[in-house]
Amino acid sequence: MSGGVDSAVAAARAVEAGHDVVGVHLALSRMPGTLRTGSRGCCTIEDSRDAWRACDVLGIPYYVWDFSERFKEDVVQDFIDEYAAGRTPNPCMRCNERIKFAALLEKAIALGFDAVCTGHYAKVITDADGNPELHRAADWAKDQSYVLGVLTHEQLKHSMFPLADTPSKAEVRAEAERRGLSVANKPDSHDICFIPDGDTAGWLAEKIEMTGGDIVDETGAKVGEHPGANAFTVGQRRGLKLGTPAADGKPRFVLEIRPKENKVVVGPEALLAIDEIRGIKVSWAGLPIAEIATGADFDCHAQVRAHGDPVPASARMEHDAGSGELVVTLAEPLRGVAPGQTVVLYQGSRVLGQATIDAARSLQRAAL
Amino acid sequence: MPAYLDHAATTPLAAEALAALTRELARTGNPSSLHGSGRRARRAVEDAREALAAAAGAHPSEIIFTSGGTEADNLAVKGLYWARRAQDSRRTRILCSTIEHHAVLDTVEWLERHEGAEVAWLPVDSDGVLDLAALAAELERDPESIALLTLMWANNEVGSIQPVAEAVRLAHAAGVPVHSDAVQAFGSLPVDFRASGLDAMSISGHKIGGPVGVGALVLGRAVTLTPVQHGGGQERDVRSGTLDTASIAAFAAAAEAATARLGEETARITALRDRLIDGVRAAVPEAVLRGAPGEGRLPGNAHFTFPGCEGDSLLFLLDLAGVESSTGSACTAGVPRPSHVLLAMGLDEDTARGAQRFSLGHASTDADVDALLAALPGAYARARQAGMAGHESSIQTAGTVARRNALG
Repeated sequence: MSGGVDSAVAAARAVEAGHDVVGVHLALSRMPGTLRTGSRGCCTIEDSRDAWRACDVLGIPYYVWDFSERFKEDVVQDFIDEYAAGRTPNPCMRCNERIKFAALLEKAIALGFDAVCTGHYAKVITDADGNPELHRAADWAKDQSYVLGVLTHEQLKHSMFPLADTPSKAEVRAEAERRGLSVANKPDSHDICFIPDGDTAGWLAEKIEMTGGDIVDETGAKVGEHPGANAFTVGQRRGLKLGTPAADGKPRFVLEIRPKENKVVVGPEALLAIDEIRGIKVSWAGLPIAEIATGADFDCHAQVRAHGDPVPASARMEHDAGSGELVVTLAEPLRGVAPGQTVVLYQGSRVLGQATIDAARSLQRAAL
Repeated sequence: MPAYLDHAATTPLAAEALAALTRELARTGNPSSLHGSGRRARRAVEDAREALAAAAGAHPSEIIFTSGGTEADNLAVKGLYWARRAQDSRRTRILCSTIEHHAVLDTVEWLERHEGAEVAWLPVDSDGVLDLAALAAELERDPESIALLTLMWANNEVGSIQPVAEAVRLAHAAGVPVHSDAVQAFGSLPVDFRASGLDAMSISGHKIGGPVGVGALVLGRAVTLTPVQHGGGQERDVRSGTLDTASIAAFAAAAEAATARLGEETARITALRDRLIDGVRAAVPEAVLRGAPGEGRLPGNAHFTFPGCEGDSLLFLLDLAGVESSTGSACTAGVPRPSHVLLAMGLDEDTARGAQRFSLGHASTDADVDALLAALPGAYARARQAGMAGHESSIQTAGTVARRNALG
């Protein structure tokens, strides 16, 4: 329980459904901040108190579990390392994969619990044989299945999302109010929890050593210099400070970051359109569909960020490449796809699985 | 009814205290008022003061009522520090044991940060008992610079009784006043303020069967203290604020009852505690008793470290089984931290994290101990399993799937 309204209502619903529920607040920092100021930070004292108060009202025990060491290694350091390697990670996904539905779940199971119940907007549907499928929440606008796409069959078997069928967030707030939960009107959190002021670039600049290097265009010609390749993100237009204008006079965008060469590649907007994605570290949210084992093509929708629109695509597994690679051919090109991001595949409302984007290919650029 | 094994946190109200509390709560009157109602309230407070003084081996005028042990500790430590420094500006050193309750520890640290105090932290041995030689050495080093010594009577976590009398003798020989937090000791051990030679001593109501929200600083008549809380000048002008007649009367009633029964209760609770300790050792041979053995610890205290598990997991599982215990250490935003007391006793962090305190009191029975001994083996096995969890995940995750595939 984060101390927010969603997890409080999720807990309330689990209690009401007759489960034996214990509230757990994750301590993700050994030095919890003081009281919240401005934007919401990570595990502030106030958040902990709010979660505790919700448990009081629900009449369930409340505990704080300290996963700060694991969080530091598996989420925060991973975030830094990925950026340092020129990739764009999603720390919330990493936290779901390794902390909430792994370290915490494992401790919970050892203590005799059956499942981790969270306030995520997503749905688990279990078939007659007890195999779970992950689906989008009823309210697609609030749907969080993307950040849960990393969960495996085993993790989903031990997951409960009581907010699955809630028509809207307003409904959840109204329900909290009705139940006497004081967090009913607490603002949503948006930022990365361990960067309380929301200044990701500034935070990273303190953690990653920046070395100046060249900015080159799509042909490889040097068009400027940068203070550190890690400070750029794919799709970025501002702040490039290019000395040499483009031949066509049109604005240029960051197409690629090459950490090994310490180069930033820029080019015209058209070249940002990605037609094919190759993914590694593939996992399936439940039992994989039949085409996964055979390597056959299958139709699906691909989504590359938490609140991005899914686009129609065709995908297939290539099993000969080491641990297996996912190849996704997009029927409509996507902009601003960066290595390190996660591609989640859907069929209808069902989440098939996910992969970490290793390469994003633009057909136009490849034809140059 | 759960088996309540957390009397060191708070203990049920004694029947005598409840009677005094309800009697006084129904009446009106500010003890400082000069009319009939005020006089009646004043009479109740002064009766209580005399009863409490008798129970603590003090003169009635030495009792300063406070809102509890924490306030008494703050008043004693800050008040003594400021008064002594006002008398002689060289007196900025505070001698303080490393196992004090946070009410003393944090007060001393606050004086260090904001009031120019210099703190000499006095070590303890592996039983959690003050190292007197270290105290003597600190006292010898420039005694004119010392404002005070503060040393608890008995530790709240591991129950070790401190050599207060010897410490007082050494400190007084060097001209240094001594404060003792006797919150855990009073009502459980014979505590005689006059015989101890202490200059100031903190006691609390709810640890002895009185209500929460009342305590006292026993302050020697010759000791000067700078007040912390200013106002109407009640309590020797040292602690202002309207006196809480009902709580004070109930506190005194509880103190009288506890003192009157001290001998028989000590024998009964000690026997119960020893059965608990033997039972825990038989049920979980890996468990290690912490704190001083036998007579060296509080009669109601049994404190163990359980290897390979987190104290809060064990607490949770015991709670689930209807047994209420404590990890013994304080929390910051609820984040469990290893106990400073156990670390001071030389334990490493991992060992300290497996702490569990079982504390007995006037309401404890054999059934409580039986309930613990029945629940403990299962709870420990489970907590141990959970303690192993979370290092290398056994849950299949996207990461472990990818690694396994990569291996072949």
